[in-house]
Amino acid sequence: MIGINLKRIIKSGFVSFWRNGVVSFASILVMTMTLFMLGSILFVNATLDASLTQIRDKVDINVYFVTTAPEDDILTLKTSIETLPEVANVEYVSREKALAEFTLRHQNDQLTLQALEELGENPLGANLNIKAKETSQYEGIATFLEGETALSTLDDTPIIDKVNYLQNKTAIDKLSKIVDSAERFGFIIIAILVIASLIISFNTIRLAIYTSKDEIAVMKLVGASNSYIRGPFVFEGIMYGIVAGLVTLILFYPLTVWLGPLTENFFSDINLFDYYINSFSKIFFIVLGSGILLGAISSYIAVWRYLRK
Amino acid sequence: MIYFDQVSKLYTGGHTALDKVTLSIAPKEFVSIVGHSGAGKTTLIKMLLAEDIPTQGGVFFESSDIHGFRRPQLNSFRRRIGTVFQDFRLLPNKTAYENIAFAMEAAGKSDEEIASDVPHVLELVDLGDKMWNFPHELSGGEKQRVAIARAIVNQPDIIIADEPTGNLDPINTFEIVQILKKINDLGTMVILTTHNKGVVDSVGGRVITMDSGRVIRDDKKGKYAL
Repeated sequence: MIGINLKRIIKSGFVSFWRNGVVSFASILVMTMTLFMLGSILFVNATLDASLTQIRDKVDINVYFVTTAPEDDILTLKTSIETLPEVANVEYVSREKALAEFTLRHQNDQLTLQALEELGENPLGANLNIKAKETSQYEGIATFLEGETALSTLDDTPIIDKVNYLQNKTAIDKLSKIVDSAERFGFIIIAILVIASLIISFNTIRLAIYTSKDEIAVMKLVGASNSYIRGPFVFEGIMYGIVAGLVTLILFYPLTVWLGPLTENFFSDINLFDYYINSFSKIFFIVLGSGILLGAISSYIAVWRYLRK
Repeated sequence: MIYFDQVSKLYTGGHTALDKVTLSIAPKEFVSIVGHSGAGKTTLIKMLLAEDIPTQGGVFFESSDIHGFRRPQLNSFRRRIGTVFQDFRLLPNKTAYENIAFAMEAAGKSDEEIASDVPHVLELVDLGDKMWNFPHELSGGEKQRVAIARAIVNQPDIIIADEPTGNLDPINTFEIVQILKKINDLGTMVILTTHNKGVVDSVGGRVITMDSGRVIRDDKKGKYAL
């Protein structure tokens, strides 16, 4: 009996979906927009995340040593910095490496290179490049280094020439704030957009079913059970969701192909097309699942109103 | 078989649609309920279909109060009643065949029964050739015949026809009344409301006359008397 009913419900839902072509089309259109919004949020989030990670990556503390500082002392300091829980990693750049990097950076600048040659010896000191796990943790590391600056001495002259954090402090502070508020602001915008489009979709389906309220009354009159009346409507809602979901997924293909190189230039780290392809199964389930849920729940609630005696 | 016990219905604003109506209808009876618009005919039908609840009194079917039914009982009760309305109330997106099939599906009939009974009942109301037409492709009389076919397909105990001829011309009216009489001859109780004198007189059965929510006449072999 349940099998027969299920078969009839699916058939009836399918036939009604087809015969109410215009209503189905309108509902799918609105639902596509909702799902598109939802999907876009995934992309915006990914882009934002990637850019934030990159900005965070650019924040660091450089400790410059005097040219006479012995390598052993620097490495000892490096080890003690690495034991700090806030520190993600510490990179040691030796004097030679610093010189090589400097030369590479100025390879087109003959004047500078000439000046360097005339100097005869390597004027650059070694340095340590420190990265924290969180932007907010740089303060702590800087404080620690301040103490170290006073302690690490060679014949009463400090081996640390300068710590650039103090110079960059204001810039880093500002950036941390921007990063934080960008995340919060992004989340609020996302929440508002999602809620608004959900309500619009729900209303569209409710309106589509409103046109069938007389039909529902007739079905009740011939003694159809509530679940038998509701079934085809819910199935139709699920079909809206599936079609809208597939349309959305298809639309994202050319869009990300087009936006991919653009975002790559802009945010330098993420290609939206690659992201789409790599996270396709995740996006597929989120978009299609949301569509099916939205269609089914909206229809269920809409019909429920007319099924009450 | 059907018993109205002191049924009153008051709508908001104090309007009395039914005023202590008491009557009983036996199986296989053909009852015409007549009265002017607003006399309470349709309210009486609504009480019988449990579409609305009485303010006072009760409606009994085979000695159970139909307003005390729970959902599943109510659904199975409604499947024992076939209804025909002035405005046909067909499902607009379903063909004549599907409209009738829907009533059978709702009653849990098998696909085989549906495939054999639907064409048969459509032949009975002379619509065998319009089986696959949608309601908007049918004339008023044809729609009403589809509605009657739907009402009788589950072999109900009762047929309720609420002003079934209200939207029809005299020829179609005559045909519908003939079909209802035939159904009654086969042993089904028919309750017909109308304010068409010709219809009542041609049926020639029991006539209940209503006015201002009250039964003012109940004649075994009645004529239209308003």
